[in-house]
Amino acid sequence: MKQAVRKELMMGNEAIARGLIENSCSVATAYPGTPASEILSSVAKTSKQLDMNMHIQWAINEKVAFEIAYAGSMAGLRTAVSMKQVGLNVASDPLMSAAYMGTAGGFVIISADDPGPHSSQTEQDSRMMAMMAKIPVLDPDSPRQAKDMVGMAYTLSETFKIPVMLRPTTRVCHSRQDVLPGDIFPSATKPDFKKDPSRWAATPKFRYQLHLELEEKLAQIAVHKATEPILRNPEANGRRAVVSSGVAAAYTAESLKNLQLWNRLPFYQVLQPFPLHTAFIRLLLEAYDKILILEETTGMMEIQLADRNRIKGRLSGVVPRAGELLPEKIEALLASFAGVEAQIPSLTQAPGRRPTLCAGCPHRASFFAIKKAAPRGIYTSDIGCYTLGLNLKAVDTVLCMGAAISQAAGFYHAYKREEKRPDIVATIGDSTFFHAGVPALIDAVNQNVHFVLVILDNRTTAMTGSQPTPATGKSATGEALVKVDMEALVKGCGVAFLEVGDPYDTKGFISMVKAAVAFSRSKGPAVVIARHPCIIDLARQGKTADPVEVMVTEECDGCGFCHQHFECPALVEVDDGQRTVVDPLVCNGCGVCLDICPNGAIVEK
Amino acid sequence: MKNETRYQIVISGVGGQGILFITRLLAEAAIEKGLPVFTSETHGMAQRGGTVISHLKVGEFASPLINPGQADGLIALKAESLTQHGGYLKPGGWAAVNSSAPLEMQAPSRPFYLDADRLTREMDDPRSLNLIMLGFTLSSVQRGDFDHGVLHCSLGDVETVLENRLKGKGHLLQSSLRALKAGADSAAAA
Repeated sequence: MKQAVRKELMMGNEAIARGLIENSCSVATAYPGTPASEILSSVAKTSKQLDMNMHIQWAINEKVAFEIAYAGSMAGLRTAVSMKQVGLNVASDPLMSAAYMGTAGGFVIISADDPGPHSSQTEQDSRMMAMMAKIPVLDPDSPRQAKDMVGMAYTLSETFKIPVMLRPTTRVCHSRQDVLPGDIFPSATKPDFKKDPSRWAATPKFRYQLHLELEEKLAQIAVHKATEPILRNPEANGRRAVVSSGVAAAYTAESLKNLQLWNRLPFYQVLQPFPLHTAFIRLLLEAYDKILILEETTGMMEIQLADRNRIKGRLSGVVPRAGELLPEKIEALLASFAGVEAQIPSLTQAPGRRPTLCAGCPHRASFFAIKKAAPRGIYTSDIGCYTLGLNLKAVDTVLCMGAAISQAAGFYHAYKREEKRPDIVATIGDSTFFHAGVPALIDAVNQNVHFVLVILDNRTTAMTGSQPTPATGKSATGEALVKVDMEALVKGCGVAFLEVGDPYDTKGFISMVKAAVAFSRSKGPAVVIARHPCIIDLARQGKTADPVEVMVTEECDGCGFCHQHFECPALVEVDDGQRTVVDPLVCNGCGVCLDICPNGAIVEK
Repeated sequence: MKNETRYQIVISGVGGQGILFITRLLAEAAIEKGLPVFTSETHGMAQRGGTVISHLKVGEFASPLINPGQADGLIALKAESLTQHGGYLKPGGWAAVNSSAPLEMQAPSRPFYLDADRLTREMDDPRSLNLIMLGFTLSSVQRGDFDHGVLHCSLGDVETVLENRLKGKGHLLQSSLRALKAGADSAAAA
């Protein structure tokens, strides 16, 4: 059978982006974060290819991104905001309030979870945030379903005038599937903000009314036909049933077939885990003796089924409470639930490789300098590639976006009455500094915190795939924007010591950080901007500098200093650690290592 | 779900080796043949030199991940990948491994070895290792005396995908095809 339109290999995030464009989204905003980053970049790419008239932007943080997209909805347009799960924490303030106020145009919040976690601080379940905010959430099992759910979410949002969450997980975001692109309907809607202060600027008295309204909407959404659970195998009958949503439902489908249980265990796939449909809850509790719930990452459907004896899930302890629900885990849970014997192999844990900063990464040079300048310091750090400075023992703390600066202040206040006070050096990336570092820096100036802040300015948001920062002066679709001047911003916060240096200039940069440390001891906050572009970003733009060819001479006595304090993947230990050599396949030719060997054994070829 | 084409392949190595790229080539080759396809990728911090693994499933599947003990084949871009991810192979599955010497296998399987690091150095193109290993894999499994369940595409299919993807990037296309061929030729020589 020939299709008129060709199927495309789409990543889950690309499928969501395609869904937004097919459903006439007019405003799409985001802050990058794994596993959600490619949603907005794909919207930008497709919208450019098709010459769509949309506003697409990377915002300074998730709260700002949320508020921009939400206002678009208040003006009657279809809008969307996307982020990773911990980003939703940053946007939780507007989320809770927007749920009360409701929407005009359709508004979809995409919050990508990361069970595992693979690339996050927590395994938190965004669906719980939807429950707390009292908004509906849809949970896709694949790229195809994720695309379909965008349309479902807009209909739901516009029918009930409520923000709707779409919650994909890593395995949906970062899987690719053959997906059939659908038709595109450009938005014909004109912005038309209808003033209604009792809603859009509601005071607490009106908020009570809005809360009652919200509860009424939820009750109706719990009987909404289009998002009802689906019985996937109507031929199965028995007194035990399985309920699942998201990618866990995809694993369940395959496992039931592998175990030849497809005809025995009734399997319900839930599309909308909150609010769970009222009739479905009744059906489950009337028709089945035992119900196994498979969901990521908390027992949030389980919570809504008020029968502790018959429900087996994460709360009951049958399903592990932490970690990703891999297909082999699900298969074992299903076999045991059905009471069948099955040989299910699992992977023996072999030690993997820990991630490390790239060969030639300017952050490595910055960390080397920081440890030279403040060898016994407390090093607070932040979220980004440079978290990997922990391999170099140059990162002691990582909490959340922007915390490097406020935690540095916290350590200063904790130690300030002591006779011996440690030097405190905070590191933060340029994008993270803009995102949540600025208020913390103003606070540190105000409280005269004695610390050094090194802003690792590699001119991009590197870890998530080189998205622009406010200093880049480029939009998500490549047009020129106003560049924000980082030096002026730091000075504007009231910082008295500010220097800008290139960490590749090893000696010069060490003296600069030393001067900052000295200033911080006697006077107050000192800021050093370590400016050198990300080498991956440079390579992408074809701007790689001429390499410095290096080699290790006979002077190398295998002391291991370079591995402990520099850990460049291009410097390789051989002969059982007796010697070090340069791997030319990995070396980037930055030349920074020429200045680090205590024996001077690393030289230019 | 009976008598249908179904292939499950694991591709593993470390971040920066270009695992996502060759996974994508194999997936697009499946689409060219009108076959359903599912892949799963590693993104984020692990891409900075950490362990990276891709799952590729061709045929009617509901989920993107492969269960341990069910993969038809494994492409190991590092020798250590075989130790880490050999457990995905089904009994009798094949493994194409970048290693200078044969390794002990966890599961009964059919291994093919190539010292792709050496070949990459000889070609003086550090970024060609992934395509050398892909060429080697495609050629090895074609030569292997398998009944069925080997791979959904041939060397020629992947060449076509590369030509489509790198249209207008003459230099890159030539060096990519050269790497693919160098890998394939080493399988012939083995």
